[in-house]
Amino acid sequence: MTVLAAPAGQLGSPPVNLAVFAVLLAVTLFAVYRASNRNATTADYYAADSAFSGRRNGIALTGDYLSAASFLGIAGAIAVHGYDGFLYSIGFLVAWLVALLLVAEPVRNTGRFTMGDVLAYRMRQRPVRAAAATSTLVISFFYMVAQMAGAGGLVALLLDVHGKAGQALVICVVGLVMILYVLVGGMKGTTWVQVIKATLLLVCVVLMTVFLLGKFGFSVSALLDEAANNNANGHDVLAPGTHYQTVQSQLDFISLSLALVFGAAGLPHVLMRFYTVPDARQARRSVVWAIGCMSVFYLATLVLGYGASALVGSDRILASTGGENSAAPLLAFEIGGTLLLGIVAAIAFATILAVVAGLTLTASASFAHDVYANIFRGGNARPAAEIRVARLTAVVVGALAMIGGILANGLNVAFLVALAFAFAASANLSTLLYSLFWKRFNTRGTLWGMYGGLGSCLLLVFFSPVVSGAPSSVFPGVDFHLYPLTNPGIVSIPFSFLAGYLGTVLSSEKADPARQKEMAVRALTGIGTRTS
Amino acid sequence: MSQVVHTPITARTPGTGAGFGGITSDAAGTPDFAAIHDSPEFTALRGRFRRFAFPTATLFLLWYLTYVLLAAFARDFMSHRLFGMVTTGLVLGLLQFVSTAAITVAYVRYARRRLDPVAAELRAVAGVAAK
Repeated sequence: MTVLAAPAGQLGSPPVNLAVFAVLLAVTLFAVYRASNRNATTADYYAADSAFSGRRNGIALTGDYLSAASFLGIAGAIAVHGYDGFLYSIGFLVAWLVALLLVAEPVRNTGRFTMGDVLAYRMRQRPVRAAAATSTLVISFFYMVAQMAGAGGLVALLLDVHGKAGQALVICVVGLVMILYVLVGGMKGTTWVQVIKATLLLVCVVLMTVFLLGKFGFSVSALLDEAANNNANGHDVLAPGTHYQTVQSQLDFISLSLALVFGAAGLPHVLMRFYTVPDARQARRSVVWAIGCMSVFYLATLVLGYGASALVGSDRILASTGGENSAAPLLAFEIGGTLLLGIVAAIAFATILAVVAGLTLTASASFAHDVYANIFRGGNARPAAEIRVARLTAVVVGALAMIGGILANGLNVAFLVALAFAFAASANLSTLLYSLFWKRFNTRGTLWGMYGGLGSCLLLVFFSPVVSGAPSSVFPGVDFHLYPLTNPGIVSIPFSFLAGYLGTVLSSEKADPARQKEMAVRALTGIGTRTS
Repeated sequence: MSQVVHTPITARTPGTGAGFGGITSDAAGTPDFAAIHDSPEFTALRGRFRRFAFPTATLFLLWYLTYVLLAAFARDFMSHRLFGMVTTGLVLGLLQFVSTAAITVAYVRYARRRLDPVAAELRAVAGVAAK
């Protein structure tokens, strides 16, 4: 316990953390190496030859979706703010019903490698693919920078690296390993990394949860009571409201909730996962497994969050190096000592690596498949050239993420993840649903919906307290904020649906009826779906 | 354009031929999508899918939105202690987990019984390998 008392808030032993992480790295790199294929086809590289089972893909989806922000962020939010942290996890989970009921199966049936495949199916190829690629790249980039910047904070907490230069170095190492995963393993290797990481994460949180509940004699009530007693907010943590007290913050919360529930099924790296399975039934099974794994995970996080409040106390969590994010590591140290802390730290790192790898693969696939092969080469690119472009893009995207991560290190970037969800909900989900279920929807509607959603999101964020006018802003010194909320979803999601509708009805262009019928048949039956 | 994939994957189970509605494939094995689309079997399949998916999606979104609004504006209600330290908010939150699980199970069962067989039949008629 004396280690914990160190003033810098350093806990555990950095060498142990590093050692566990090195083992994990070795295991994942070996898995990626085993999965690699020197003569990969485009189907191999983008979609792992569509050969994964629904169960495996479901676990990989869990891995893709549970970023470090969910793992450390939600546990920390529950530990400090109590119930309000729990609200996030419900939004993250419920969102999967949209994927299950409306998105997963038709997307598997109508597309092959990217979101652009589905959106451009019955539209004019070039403009729609360009829009889909823009949206994919923007979302991936925002999401990635948030992850990479988070790596900086995590390093400070777990490896005792406090200098900016040292943290930048670690961010670069993370970026390089991630690029290696993508280049060597393609989708197959990346999927295996996700499966390994998600399994470890689930096993770890479940064991910690069982231990915690046991400690309180399996009485949830006793755990909650102890959590409330050791929290600065007292018994308020057992109900909503500690975090959202003004009308503005309540609206902000509603806006965020909308972004979460509509965003998950529009995240490009989630959509791309549906192509790694052979058919719609396996896509459905993927979502079922993902919902199962995530229910367990979020329930466990609830216990861990309150447990951290009970055993560590909210004051000590906030006083430590990582603030809220350190709740889970502190709790791990409290119940399992240096080794468990090392394991949790390593899993958190692996999480960042895996999520960023998934995003890089998605971004590179979208650029190579939508932009290079379909826009520049009119759909007649040589597969070898397309893969070369994809690999090159992966390196560029990875490098950009490293630079972005280093620049954003230390800034308040938590909003970037919420923003990525808002983008996905506004630009992607609206157009996907229209495209799949509205006969009249046409090219102009798609473009208006996508650019309308993306544009309104960007504008609202630029003029929100996130960028200026508040102490936590990116530019706290100036104030040009016009929109009061930090999350644009409540405006941009309806706006994107409206823009998609107006674009369609105001255009004289008719939807292509033959392609529309073809798409409708394929979406529901899978006839004509290419599975490899 | 790589989407225009008209070569069906090698038919592991050959199509059972023009069973109903005159649905056939041309010599190149291209399914006649328009004919399938306009067949009563497909219309029925689409109806079954939409009758389940759309109301269910609406319902769970409303239920989630109700919960979010309660959490935002009905703090007294949500902080009411039901038993021990367990509040209404906590129970409603856990009920969101329960409803998510219930809808998942219900959809999987519905799809397996009411959607998959029809889709498989349509695939077989179109001459694509039945899964």
